[in-house]
Amino acid sequence: MFATGFLVLAACLLAQAIVGDEVWNQSAWRRYFFPGFGFVMGLAMWGVAVLAAGSTIHLLAHCAWAQVMMLAGGAHLGLARGKLQHRFWRLTMPLALGVSGLAFLAHEEHGWLYSRSALVHHICGWTLVVGALFPLGGAFRPSSNFFRLGFAATFVVLAIALFALRDSGPVLGNVPSTARGAASR
Amino acid sequence: MRPSLTRHRLDAPGSRRTAAVAAIGPLIMLAGVLWAITQPDRLPLLDPDAHGFWSLAVEPPLLVLLAGIFFHRFIASGLIHDLCGSEVG
Repeated sequence: MFATGFLVLAACLLAQAIVGDEVWNQSAWRRYFFPGFGFVMGLAMWGVAVLAAGSTIHLLAHCAWAQVMMLAGGAHLGLARGKLQHRFWRLTMPLALGVSGLAFLAHEEHGWLYSRSALVHHICGWTLVVGALFPLGGAFRPSSNFFRLGFAATFVVLAIALFALRDSGPVLGNVPSTARGAASR
Repeated sequence: MRPSLTRHRLDAPGSRRTAAVAAIGPLIMLAGVLWAITQPDRLPLLDPDAHGFWSLAVEPPLLVLLAGIFFHRFIASGLIHDLCGSEVG
């Protein structure tokens, strides 16, 4: 479900880069869609933090993730509304992506090839860390299509990686059940 | 950085921008259909007795297909309308 949301988001960012801000912002709901989505995702992440926290590092990672997503979503809602003017508020987006990526990497205790889930966590983590460079560049050159398309491509990669996540699919010789069995031997 | 990469929108005529926006949804739908054909095991609906509720409720290739339909129907159509209106105006 998250992957589907990211895919729609990527399509929206791509379309916004193609048509430009002037046309995209003609509709109010389109103007608030991306920051609103980020803010709601940040709110939902608190639920994930509470319900899916298997360890302290999981809890810390998800709580940090929720805070930066809400910060970025709220700041960009303020920018879209015109309440916030300073361009440095745009830096909340690379902050959110960077912290989200580090959260992915920090709470994955296994190596890249341990299981499909571990592989997806590493791919998502590094995609977000590298993808944070695009909104960082975009904060200083907001009209650059290179940074806009890179930002959209980041969400395309995230969607593909999340769609590939499957708990029981055989991949790279490891599935969680066999991996646990191997670890216990 | 090259000037062509620093404009406010992609440097293409209006009709090409319209075509590009109109193509995003169908391309996503096509990706979903191709995924369903190449990996039918990702469609638990084809073998419903072997799967639980969530596997049946969340069918990844169908979600990709639905994402494409949603984008094309609810986002791209309005965007193309606004794009045509801004060019006429």
